[in-house]
Amino acid sequence: MVLASIIKRAPTWLVYLAGFIPAIYYIWAGVTNQLGADPIATLENALGEWALIMLIAGLSVTPLLRIFGVSLVKFRRAIGLVAFAYVVLHFTTYLWLDRQWDWGAIWGDILKRPYITIGTLAFFLLLPLALTSNNRAISKLGAHSWRKLHRLVYPAALFGAVHYALLKKTWQLEPLLYVAAVVALLTWRWVAKSKKRRQAELAVSS
Amino acid sequence: MPVYKYPMPLASEITSHSDYLNRRTFLTGIAGATGLAMTPFLGEGSAHAALKAGKSEFSTDAKPTSRQDITTYNNFYEFGTSKSDPAANAGTLTTRPWTIEVDGMVNNPGTLDIDDLLTKFPLEERIYRFRCVEAWSMVIPWVGIPLSALLNKFDVQGSAKYVAFETLVRPEEMPQQRSLFPPLEWPYVEGLRLDEAMHPLTIMAVGLYGDILPNQNGAPARLVVPWKYGFKSIKSVVKMTLTESEPPTSWNKAAAREYGFYSNVNPQVDHPRWSQATERKIGAGLFASRVDTLMLNGYADQVGSLYSGMDLKKFY
Ligand code: HEM
Repeated sequence: MVLASIIKRAPTWLVYLAGFIPAIYYIWAGVTNQLGADPIATLENALGEWALIMLIAGLSVTPLLRIFGVSLVKFRRAIGLVAFAYVVLHFTTYLWLDRQWDWGAIWGDILKRPYITIGTLAFFLLLPLALTSNNRAISKLGAHSWRKLHRLVYPAALFGAVHYALLKKTWQLEPLLYVAAVVALLTWRWVAKSKKRRQAELAVSS
Repeated sequence: MPVYKYPMPLASEITSHSDYLNRRTFLTGIAGATGLAMTPFLGEGSAHAALKAGKSEFSTDAKPTSRQDITTYNNFYEFGTSKSDPAANAGTLTTRPWTIEVDGMVNNPGTLDIDDLLTKFPLEERIYRFRCVEAWSMVIPWVGIPLSALLNKFDVQGSAKYVAFETLVRPEEMPQQRSLFPPLEWPYVEGLRLDEAMHPLTIMAVGLYGDILPNQNGAPARLVVPWKYGFKSIKSVVKMTLTESEPPTSWNKAAAREYGFYSNVNPQVDHPRWSQATERKIGAGLFASRVDTLMLNGYADQVGSLYSGMDLKKFY
């Protein structure tokens, strides 16, 4: 298959390169005053949205393999790290440009504003995943517990999408589509897993 | 507390009689010569002022936000929910002919024609602070007419207590009114207590930066109530109804816990999901600090007495 051989030959740094294009564009546009009337919110929202897109891309790797036989598995770590970088940039925009390091206000937001509470939870769920996204951590943890730990990406992505849906003034279509996408990916994973378990049980009993 | 007296300049102090007459000739001249072409012509935002408006003591000295920002960063959900949607989509709105129906508890129900608003009433420039419930703010040079001057034409009955406002419904021209997933229920409706509506700060705006109102800002006529969150200042008004009971309002219907009937700017009463203590000033750039939000958006001296004795946490 042509696609498979292209994927095989493509270096993973391409993911970093392509993944960071939006970040570079938005930061450059922000610094050169081209982000319109409300540049802080525009930058903050764009980085948050790209974080979510990248998280969803990472979650799509396995279904793409199982359903379509397209393996992007070798890019998955890069996709996840790019997603985390967007979360960090988004969080930094909030702390620095939006809240200007006003820790009283930040702490108040985290405690009182459900959408910020949930976003912060998502950040702290992703943090250990980013720190263990290297070969040394995998061999140190062992594949089994490493995989178990990295299941935290599911609640993190869900929290990220819910965080988005909660911050709009009304229920709007776009954030709900993100929530729907994450829920669909989680459901697929759950169904696939219980099917596998059933097959394993059948294999044992026969 | 001393009672605040509004400065009440006579209309003639603001605009000389001859200027006033000239303005009329000028405007009727344009209207007559270009007919329907008037809207796109003026809407382009030519550098010279097309409307002649007297100054007002109610204007702030703060520097107005740029015309570019005021006309490209809008909430006008009939045209889409993102800030850039109204500027992109509102071009389709036709604003002539346009009348505002006035009915309910008035002795002379009738209509106001937009061209009469532009020519038969003394227009005033009102440079007001504008505070959105989303915690951003602008300073906007409106051109308008005190709402009381309009309502008084219809002889409001003594028992009327509220004014209900309604925005145009025209799905052919307003894309979100055709949507299967509309962000709000249409028509957009708003309301004020009669004393709020009659307050001299409350205007029906028909212009911006000396020109007629751009479509995305609520053309051809929109309410401006500067001490309330922006969504109270209903756009593209087609109807005003005097009522005895509190009228329903769009955002309150959408989320009653978050948006009350009053929706006065109040740094001490947070939105349930975000703080209202500070605001981002539009146009201040990427590295600007937030500024403190003022009680009643800085108009407490003028309108505070309307709410004396009321628990503003309860009547948010
Ligand atoms: C996995 C983590 C996160 C994801 C995926 C995420 C995603 C998003 C998205 C998609 C948006 C809205 C974009 C739009 O409106 O177009 C957003 C907005 C926002 N996020 Fe996050 N976020 C995350 C974590 C955080 C954290 C940790 C904070 C701060 C503590 C935060 C604070 C905000 C704020 C304040 C906004 C609203 C900006 C505004 O006022 O318009 N987010 N985020």
